[in-house]
Amino acid sequence: MLSIENLHVSVGDKPILKGINLQINAGEVHAIMGPNGSGKSTLSHVLSGKSGYTITEGKITYQGKDLTEMEPEIRAREGVFLAFQYPVEIPGVSNIYLLKAALNSIRKHHGLPEVDAMDFLTLVKDKVRLLEMDEKFLYRAVNEGFSGGEKKRNEILQMAILEPKLCILDETDSGLDIDALKVVAEGVNSLRSPERSFVMVTHYQRLLDYIKPDAVHVLAHGQIAMSGGPELALELEEKGYGWVENKQAAA
Amino acid sequence: METATASRYTAEYQAIAAALPGQSAPWLQQLRANAATLFSEYGFPSLREEEWRYTNVSGIEKKLFTPTADLTTPRVDADWLATYQLQDAWSVVLVNGHFAAELSNLDGLPETVSIKSLARVLQDDPSQVEPFLAQAVSDDEHSFVAFNTAWFTDGLFVRIAAKQVLAKPIQLLHVVTEADRLAATRNILVADEMAQVQVIETFAGTAESYLSASVTEVFVGRNADVTLHKVQCESERAYHFGGTYVKQARDARFSHHNFALGGLLARTDIHSDLDDASECYLNGLYLGVKRQHMDNHTRINHLKPHGISRETYKGVLDGRAHGVFQGRVVVAEGAMKTDSEMNNRNLLLSNDAEADTKPQLEIYADDVKCAHGVTVGQLDEKSVFYLQSRCVDEKTARNMLTFAFANEMVDKVNIRSLHDLVLGQLLMRFPQEGINKEWL
Repeated sequence: MLSIENLHVSVGDKPILKGINLQINAGEVHAIMGPNGSGKSTLSHVLSGKSGYTITEGKITYQGKDLTEMEPEIRAREGVFLAFQYPVEIPGVSNIYLLKAALNSIRKHHGLPEVDAMDFLTLVKDKVRLLEMDEKFLYRAVNEGFSGGEKKRNEILQMAILEPKLCILDETDSGLDIDALKVVAEGVNSLRSPERSFVMVTHYQRLLDYIKPDAVHVLAHGQIAMSGGPELALELEEKGYGWVENKQAAA
Repeated sequence: METATASRYTAEYQAIAAALPGQSAPWLQQLRANAATLFSEYGFPSLREEEWRYTNVSGIEKKLFTPTADLTTPRVDADWLATYQLQDAWSVVLVNGHFAAELSNLDGLPETVSIKSLARVLQDDPSQVEPFLAQAVSDDEHSFVAFNTAWFTDGLFVRIAAKQVLAKPIQLLHVVTEADRLAATRNILVADEMAQVQVIETFAGTAESYLSASVTEVFVGRNADVTLHKVQCESERAYHFGGTYVKQARDARFSHHNFALGGLLARTDIHSDLDDASECYLNGLYLGVKRQHMDNHTRINHLKPHGISRETYKGVLDGRAHGVFQGRVVVAEGAMKTDSEMNNRNLLLSNDAEADTKPQLEIYADDVKCAHGVTVGQLDEKSVFYLQSRCVDEKTARNMLTFAFANEMVDKVNIRSLHDLVLGQLLMRFPQEGINKEWL
């Protein structure tokens, strides 16, 4: 699904990622953890194509294609979805319109006709129920005036409707109370399938209690300092990020 | 001052002075004579005047726009007129500065509401007008006001009796059909105690270049509620001056929605004086493309305690367009507990577009809450990326965000037919193609 080889990324002159290697197969869930400033968000931004980052070395292959060659919207149509850490408010553009436009552009990209209006509404309403959202949110402007938790749910709602192949969750858990976290986790779990992969960037281990990862990677100083199974997250919770950084320094 | 120009205009207009309405009212003759003297002394406003420092009206001075005393209504293309005339409103049409009864529609107007040609009222019973004319604005405000007072040919006198709540809005449609024509109209709108009314002023023209100079005086009675919309869709090479001057009585509410879309050079004044606990809401959208110059000048005078004012103006400027916002809020001594917010946001779509914004707060009372904010800039790149990450290509994303920025002001209009008219005019003039109504 996704293969990252020796990825080096700079912002201006400052190197942020210094040789990341990561292999994610279809159906797998990978958690990327690490302290603030370790490069977690940079990694998710680079995968989704945000401007302002320079890839100085290495490559990213997605479904056999060079991901870095694609514009952000092409990546999205090819099935890469970024759930934002800070979803943006778009006053004047309705939530339901954006959902429909996004879904239709994915269908068009794959040579399919536009979605039937009734089918679309049924689909959307199902997913709204799944995420325990109020239908009114659909007709409001994208994220405008939404609370932090509502914005995060709205991200997962978009994900559930667009059915991407590679889902990147950038600190989706931060700022969520436990009830909202459970709802969001349930939404994510309902999307797990043998064809779909997840990259979950998180600062806290708590999310992984609800979404069980296949692998956990710890990022420190722009490199993957450690990789392991779900148990690594627990060990990390106990010993702190300092433990990883010390081990990295020793090596 | 361009007194040479002023005397050129003065000479031209003295020729029709005897044909102007209100000959039988000495007070009006005096008022007009004084205004004419003021104008010939000062000429049109110059860049040296603080309130006009961003707006150069020398284009008007170079031309000589002439008024007409001819009262026969010229032919107006019916299909064209229908695009501006609202079907679900009482509408009155002024063509080249004269009331056109045959184009107006006042069927079913309640008896407690009077909508008449100002020229007609001045002929039949000028005492109806005397308490109001030149009472909400003084001729020394600036020369356009004096110019209008001296030479207005007609306009509308609208009065809503106390406690009348109007079921339909009233539309005043100002139309110019002849090249190089001056249409100088004066309108008076009086809403008596506890009356409630929505009024729409629409400006449009079929001629290429002309000058539309209109002054509207509004009197909102105690606890009355007036919403005034201005939809300025003048021709591409037309000049427009439109001043709205408001006197709000105690507890009166006044809302204004200003859509400045047309004309080569357009200036709008909105000034309001607030009494005890009056509320004033000013919303505006100015769209400038090519070489358009759009100037918006607002003044809110909190004269008494407990007044509330809210102001939001947005500008979208493309090409070599120039947008101006001057917003002044004055809180007089003793106007305690005044609560005022003013906001102006500008979006520049090209490197050559310019926005000048000048919010001013003058506060002479100490227990007040006043805030203002101003931005001039480009689209937020985070929003562009967000839409791209949701499959929208970059160009469409930018179009969506730009249009959504402007549309926020259109959405505040709650008269359906008017909302559609404004949206249609906005879409037609919007600098980008491929704008889609479905986004909203």
